[in-house]
Amino acid sequence: MGAKFKFLIIVALLLLVGGSFILYGVELTNSYSIEKRSIRLLSMLVVGISVACSSVIFQTITANRILTPSIMGYEAVFILFQTLIVFLYGDKAFKVISQQENFFYAILFMLGFSLLLYFLLFGKNRRSMYYLLLTGMVLGTLFMTLSQFLHVLVDPNEFSIVQNFMFVSFAKMNTKLLSVAGITMLVALIYTGWNARYLDVMALGRDQAISLGVDYDKMVRRFLFVISLLVSVSTALVGPITFLGILVTNLTYELFRTRKHRFMLVISSLVACLTLILGQFLVEHILQFSTTVSIIINFMGGVYFMYLLWITRKRIS
Amino acid sequence: MDNTEKNKLEFETIAKYYGKKEVLKDVSGSIANRKITSLIGPNGAGKSTLLSIISRLIKQDGGTVSFLDKELSTYKGTDLAKKLSILKQSNHLDLRLTVRDLVSFGRFPYSKGKLGAFDEQKIDEAIAFSDLMNLQDTYIDELSGGQRQRAFISMIIAQDTDFILLDEPLNNLDMKHAVHVMKTLRRLVDELGKTVVIVIHEINFAAQYSDRIVALKDGNICYDDETAKVIDPVVLKDIFDIEFDIIERNDKKICNYFNL
Repeated sequence: MGAKFKFLIIVALLLLVGGSFILYGVELTNSYSIEKRSIRLLSMLVVGISVACSSVIFQTITANRILTPSIMGYEAVFILFQTLIVFLYGDKAFKVISQQENFFYAILFMLGFSLLLYFLLFGKNRRSMYYLLLTGMVLGTLFMTLSQFLHVLVDPNEFSIVQNFMFVSFAKMNTKLLSVAGITMLVALIYTGWNARYLDVMALGRDQAISLGVDYDKMVRRFLFVISLLVSVSTALVGPITFLGILVTNLTYELFRTRKHRFMLVISSLVACLTLILGQFLVEHILQFSTTVSIIINFMGGVYFMYLLWITRKRIS
Repeated sequence: MDNTEKNKLEFETIAKYYGKKEVLKDVSGSIANRKITSLIGPNGAGKSTLLSIISRLIKQDGGTVSFLDKELSTYKGTDLAKKLSILKQSNHLDLRLTVRDLVSFGRFPYSKGKLGAFDEQKIDEAIAFSDLMNLQDTYIDELSGGQRQRAFISMIIAQDTDFILLDEPLNNLDMKHAVHVMKTLRRLVDELGKTVVIVIHEINFAAQYSDRIVALKDGNICYDDETAKVIDPVVLKDIFDIEFDIIERNDKKICNYFNL
């Protein structure tokens, strides 16, 4: 099968699934439902693209196929920030600052976190990528536990506000943020699209990238910023969902034998959207909300992850 | 050969620490233009560190590297990438690239990813130069170690820099591939006028193919001379602390250091 053919199949599938998601069991005249569903579909597209792109970039920078930004604690930072706001302002939290403002501050916070990670890695003494990952994991756990501690302290009503950010849910999606998040994503995407060729070179490793004239450290810093933007978008809209990245990126690598990032970013975005919409469709119409899309994706992802470990192990031995 | 010409790549009082360990101690010297220079010495002598410093991969803790009379760190990455390239030990990358794709990366400093007709021509030449025509559409991860190393060298050739630095290019290669790689490097110097610096472990390869040898020991340069002068039982014993027997045949020196 040619790459072009596979690409067309994925696009066709996406259109099909997207179309059925909007139209399943609804009269065409029922504009209320159709509008509601379209907004949800649009949000899923934004989330899918964000998750896919952040994961592809992250995996290229770390030269590792089974990592996603969630392992670096990006989502934990986001949740901690939300918890802090609710902790400080109580249930008036989102009357004091608007959702959009909140999102804006959250992004700043995430960019700060990226910067911190960067200096931990590229500060005075250069550390290895593994050091960065370890730091990210420890910080992530620390932030998660801090959040949990604060959760115990706040009023249950206030906790329910934070809860929205903690569990993936497309039914209770934060659609108020859709436009701001969408614009943020576009900014990140335009930058990435423009600089995708640097990612191609960076995939060769730091030494080779420098030999080919790429300012490697600067590019890593910038792409970490891009990742924090994208993770902010997906986490703000639906919660911590970047685990989806492992499934999506690896499916892309498996399906297409290319390392051209511009192409990979597009394909993995399509695959991510397809997975999300299909999962949500199953949840809403087949399983009648008896489970959540994150459970379905985690299940599929988990099985696939084990398969990945299995074939890698075989390749090594 | 014009011996009065100033060496273009010079380094002065280079010091480097890894933690508290001093890897290079005020090392000074220069790289002869249009020659193959081999960096030799025991493990941990600082060869790879020196190579990485003069190729800007790592920063020195003291001293300066000057290239074409300018401090190395003042160059823009892209400009330097057109003049000086470095290839580190072949890494086990899970690269889904064909040989041609990889070689095309060599043109990145010039084309920024958009290959023009001239770039394609350079890529063709580089592939032909390293004798990879039959393999150019093969994926890197399907190649043998030797073929992969040649593909990386071919990328460096496509980069078309005057200075080519290689860190243990013969690592894990069998004799046939090692000889092939060394002959390719020799041709780069003799036919294209490049300057090549290699870190190398097998003394006989250094003896056969290099013009000059720089020997490091405990973070210092202990010898920096023409190959024929370094390939000497007394000198080599001083560097490596083992006995050497030098066999001369057809004007070539072969070092035997086994079972002496």
